[in-house]
Amino acid sequence: MDKQYIIRGVQRSSFRKFIAWMIPWAGLLIFGVYAIYLCLAKGLNQTNMDNRFAFGVWIFLDLTVIALGAGAFFTGFLLYILKKKELHAVINSAVVIGFICYSGAVGVLMVDVGQPLRAWFTFWHPNVHSMLTEVTFCITCYLTVLAIEYVPVILKNRKLREIPSMLVFEHELHKLVFVLAAVGTFLSFFHQGSLGGLYGVLRGRPFAFREGIAIWPSTFFLFILSAAAVGPSFILLTTWLVSKISKKRLVKKNVLMLLGKISGALLIVYVLLKTIDTLVWINSTSPAVGFPAYEFYSRKPFGTWILFTEIVVFGLLPALVLLSGRMRAHVGLLVTAAAFACTGVALNRFVMTIQTLALPTLPFDPFLSYMPSWQEVGAFLAVIAYGVLVYSLSFRYLVLFPQERELSNG
Amino acid sequence: MTAQKNSRYGMVIDLDACTGCGACMVACAVENNIPPAPESANERTGITWMRVYKVLNGKSFPDTQAVFVPMMCQQCEHHTPCISVCPQKAVELDEESGIVAQIPVRCLGCRYCMTACPYHARYFNWWDPVWPKGMEQTLNPDVAPRMRGVVEKCNFCHGRLQAAKAKAAAEGRIEIRPEEYQPACSDACPTNAIVFGDLNDEQSEVSRMAHQKDSFRLLETLGSEPKVYFQSERPWVHHIAEQDFASPEKETVHG
Repeated sequence: MDKQYIIRGVQRSSFRKFIAWMIPWAGLLIFGVYAIYLCLAKGLNQTNMDNRFAFGVWIFLDLTVIALGAGAFFTGFLLYILKKKELHAVINSAVVIGFICYSGAVGVLMVDVGQPLRAWFTFWHPNVHSMLTEVTFCITCYLTVLAIEYVPVILKNRKLREIPSMLVFEHELHKLVFVLAAVGTFLSFFHQGSLGGLYGVLRGRPFAFREGIAIWPSTFFLFILSAAAVGPSFILLTTWLVSKISKKRLVKKNVLMLLGKISGALLIVYVLLKTIDTLVWINSTSPAVGFPAYEFYSRKPFGTWILFTEIVVFGLLPALVLLSGRMRAHVGLLVTAAAFACTGVALNRFVMTIQTLALPTLPFDPFLSYMPSWQEVGAFLAVIAYGVLVYSLSFRYLVLFPQERELSNG
Repeated sequence: MTAQKNSRYGMVIDLDACTGCGACMVACAVENNIPPAPESANERTGITWMRVYKVLNGKSFPDTQAVFVPMMCQQCEHHTPCISVCPQKAVELDEESGIVAQIPVRCLGCRYCMTACPYHARYFNWWDPVWPKGMEQTLNPDVAPRMRGVVEKCNFCHGRLQAAKAKAAAEGRIEIRPEEYQPACSDACPTNAIVFGDLNDEQSEVSRMAHQKDSFRLLETLGSEPKVYFQSERPWVHHIAEQDFASPEKETVHG
């Protein structure tokens, strides 16, 4: 039924099967949109956030999604700036994933703020000292860059290529990819860092507060590095997942191995710096403001196990696997290590958001817990469903993996 | 005509005099047009610019002692945690009065300032403000009610400061007299536990009390220089200020 739109030389499932795949995700999207509607129409009383837990699951997942979406900028940087030509095999997929991650995160943020119609105030009356201002500017600009990068991918659709003006437009846009990659890298470095800075500057929250260089707390640099480290892992993971679901070979094994190697190399540096940062914080930063760090971990369930899990289990361990050529050659290990690395960054964002807020600062204030409401979960499920739908459509009708044709014919 | 000198309004709360009656909380809510909480609100979602904590000394009867700690925005002066984080300048430190001002009409409702506040003294409007029929006539015309989706907090009854300034101006004076500006909570306190005034005025009662040896501030080590002081002659109460986290179950807290 839609054969004329599917790219030449590759096999796709029947239209009926495709629709059957899409319907449950569309259902989930509708459910999530209803949850979003409730939050917008009735207010954030639909959530389980409160005056103490002012940030909740949305911010935690937004930070995670943005870190994972870093695969887009970092793959672009490696391919167009550092000339890692092998990554041409995944760049289109990386752009789509980046676009989904960032647009989804921005969408949820618009529900998360109490007055979404005032979002433009930040551009009109910016407080240049706020990390959130930097985040807002950079994410908005980078989402625009991603949208522009997505356009040539769309224009490569078989039907659209039949229109001469579209071909010319795509060709002209393609000339810009180097500039876009450079701009994207610059913007991403700043907003990934500023997302870390959001917590690092919180003097009133000694669990999160960090010293740093000039105006940037150490979390600024750690967030950049962790995002750059797990971005390629997430691209690796999604490529493998799409390959399994579609039952097709999409990229050569060496591409996955290269992504894993890059991820491993950055992850080991991150783990080293994160360890140093943690030691400095435990021994200097936190006690200096009157909060011995060990006391933060006396509040169950957030014991020291969470620190160990984050740094060793989901940091050092996957880094060592990804750095070993022999282990990388084993796809199962490679994918597991990538999944561990992605889980590690999610755990880090969880700790920075949820643990920070759960811990009291006033000595007579209790430790608090928080469980998201179904509306909060629903709103985020909408982002997942939106992502799957956009990616599925892109995979079916666009060239996300240029090697697929060669591999399927070979 | 001489230029008006800047003030540093602050408070000293005598914890030994506070009976925890809650009159300050009620007076604050009435003065500042805080709407009645909806039925589904709880102590973590309701708005109480002034909140009285009950803290026990952790000893069993007959040695049990309690202290009531009224908590509101501590009006931090240095590295004010909420000011630098706000992305759109909705929080400002008024140089003339030293009051940390919240500007609800600029607020995006991102709640980053609430995350930044170590005193948990900021409140979000989770609901639309609704007053029961007839009760809207009790609204204070000097204070604008806030809408759903914005953050608010104690501003030392800034509306009263404005009214006092207007009265002084009408009488041809530049400076207001100390008795002309008192927040609702200190006005309402039946035991005079809340003493308010200009910390820059060395002759003021508040300045004198703030420098007494029994005075302390909460979370002083954070370096944010709060302008709300507490006072007590009981040593265990002073431990509160020393962030004695070692046994977090020690005190019982009632919001």
